[in-house]
Amino acid sequence: MGAEPGLPRLTIVGAGPAGLAAALAAAGQGVRVTVVDSAEAPGGQFYRQPAAALGARRPQALHHRWRTWQRLRDGLERQVAAGHVTHLPDHHVWCVERRPDAPRPFTVHALLGPDQETPVEVRADAVLLATGGYEKVLPFPGWTLPGVVTAGGAQAMLKGGLVVSGRTAVVAGTGPLLLPVATGLAAAGVTVAALVESADPKALVRRTGALVGRADKLAEGAGYAVELLRRRVRTLVRHTVVEAHGDDRLEAVTVVALDAEGRVRPGTERRIPCDTLAVGHGMLPHTDLAETLGCRVEPTGAGVWADDEQRTDVPGVWAAGETTGIGGAALSLAEGHIAGRSAAARLLGRAPDPGEWAEAAKSRGKLREFFGVLDAVYVPPTHWTEQVTDDTVVCRCEEVTAGAVREAVGELGAGDVRTVKLLTRAGMGWCQGRMCGPAVAGIAGCAETVARRPFARPVPLGVLARAGETAEEGDGIP
Amino acid sequence: MNPLELARAVPGPAFTITLDGRDLEALPGQTVAAALWAAGVTSWRTTRGEGRPRGIFCGIGVCFDCLVTVNDRPNQRACLVRVRPGDAISTQEGTGHGR
Repeated sequence: MGAEPGLPRLTIVGAGPAGLAAALAAAGQGVRVTVVDSAEAPGGQFYRQPAAALGARRPQALHHRWRTWQRLRDGLERQVAAGHVTHLPDHHVWCVERRPDAPRPFTVHALLGPDQETPVEVRADAVLLATGGYEKVLPFPGWTLPGVVTAGGAQAMLKGGLVVSGRTAVVAGTGPLLLPVATGLAAAGVTVAALVESADPKALVRRTGALVGRADKLAEGAGYAVELLRRRVRTLVRHTVVEAHGDDRLEAVTVVALDAEGRVRPGTERRIPCDTLAVGHGMLPHTDLAETLGCRVEPTGAGVWADDEQRTDVPGVWAAGETTGIGGAALSLAEGHIAGRSAAARLLGRAPDPGEWAEAAKSRGKLREFFGVLDAVYVPPTHWTEQVTDDTVVCRCEEVTAGAVREAVGELGAGDVRTVKLLTRAGMGWCQGRMCGPAVAGIAGCAETVARRPFARPVPLGVLARAGETAEEGDGIP
Repeated sequence: MNPLELARAVPGPAFTITLDGRDLEALPGQTVAAALWAAGVTSWRTTRGEGRPRGIFCGIGVCFDCLVTVNDRPNQRACLVRVRPGDAISTQEGTGHGR
């Protein structure tokens, strides 16, 4: 094992747009590719599919750019059939280990299946991290009530399970994701009582430079606007949800208008009855695996650093897609393509020719600029913490309140998020601070820093004790 | 229009699962969370500290808010675990390991 002769092996973590584009770019170039992914089917979050047993004959009703997905899916099937790619679904990677002197320097440690107790190890000569991102939600009174879900969560349940949680929804927060969530829920028969966006998208118009040449993105936005009008979804910009009401489940939300400084305008409160609140304040990259490998991560947690070839600063480790910074599916495809080409060439001992990916590089440059502009416009209200009452739970896992965080700073002298965590247990629960990280930093008035997590998900102690002794997953390639 | 109609879904035959002993109908391929949502249930655990109700939050396996007891195994993420015929789902109190 490991030292057997044969083709160099590239293991890709993640089967979303970036991982699939990378796999297709590297496959057939003379390397073996293994794609390790936590979902049961490829596609990632953007192309999340209904389970096959649900028999969806028209899943594209819930999707954008279906043809791109068909190309990726068909390409993956062809490469798997040709023996160039092995796809390992339902494999939940908790750590990537690097031993530079081993015959194959990387071991990808995964847990198999939904129980996540059976270990699997995949050895590789190089790894490509395409682990994507997840949603950021800032707290407000009532945000822990059943019926309050992340915007992406509502979309995932709709795309993957073909279910909605109720009849009347409010979609709120900030960012472009709110548009497909609102239109998707409306198409699925939910009454979307309001789309509440705290930013003012008109600010985009003042930054037209980066929008030039992005006619596709402008058309996409206009398409959503038409769809919202057609479905009579009321859009409130420069508004925010300040409270969710209910005892054991959501019954209504209070929405207010914001002034130019992002402060609540007194007297503008309105109560909107709803049984679902889909809320999100932007996205965060998954950087855990990269951090464990020692890769440079932007200090604010904005993503894994990568060079023009999508190489991280650790030899043998590439990164592509939202793990390097949030920028959507099209950017992920471009980065994945470049990373796959680069990794294949480097593994075969030659310097890649950037001419091979000139078009992807051009697209990457434009899209990064475009998302830079979006990031500057779609920011949460500057004074959001003023609406977070002391008894609001901030850390959902450990039930730590905003009052406890403020006490840790004000009375106990905590000056950074790590000290706040040690004093309050905020971020010490199941999710390891993924949900509360930005909220704790904001309420504490501390800088947001990269959370250092040795493992990307909980690992049974027995698995940890036997790590490195597990038989390698057969990759099915002779 | 509902989501199944929107995607023109023709699921396999429905089967029965239970939630706290009560029969619910579920579709093959659904996660525990999807089956419960389809049955109108949005909370299926209580928190360890305050005993507050919780259900789905992130929907993609990151937040662990949707923990539930499935066939006597506590702390399963309802958004990841698929239902199977005869599954006994129970509302998880606190840690799910009894008191």
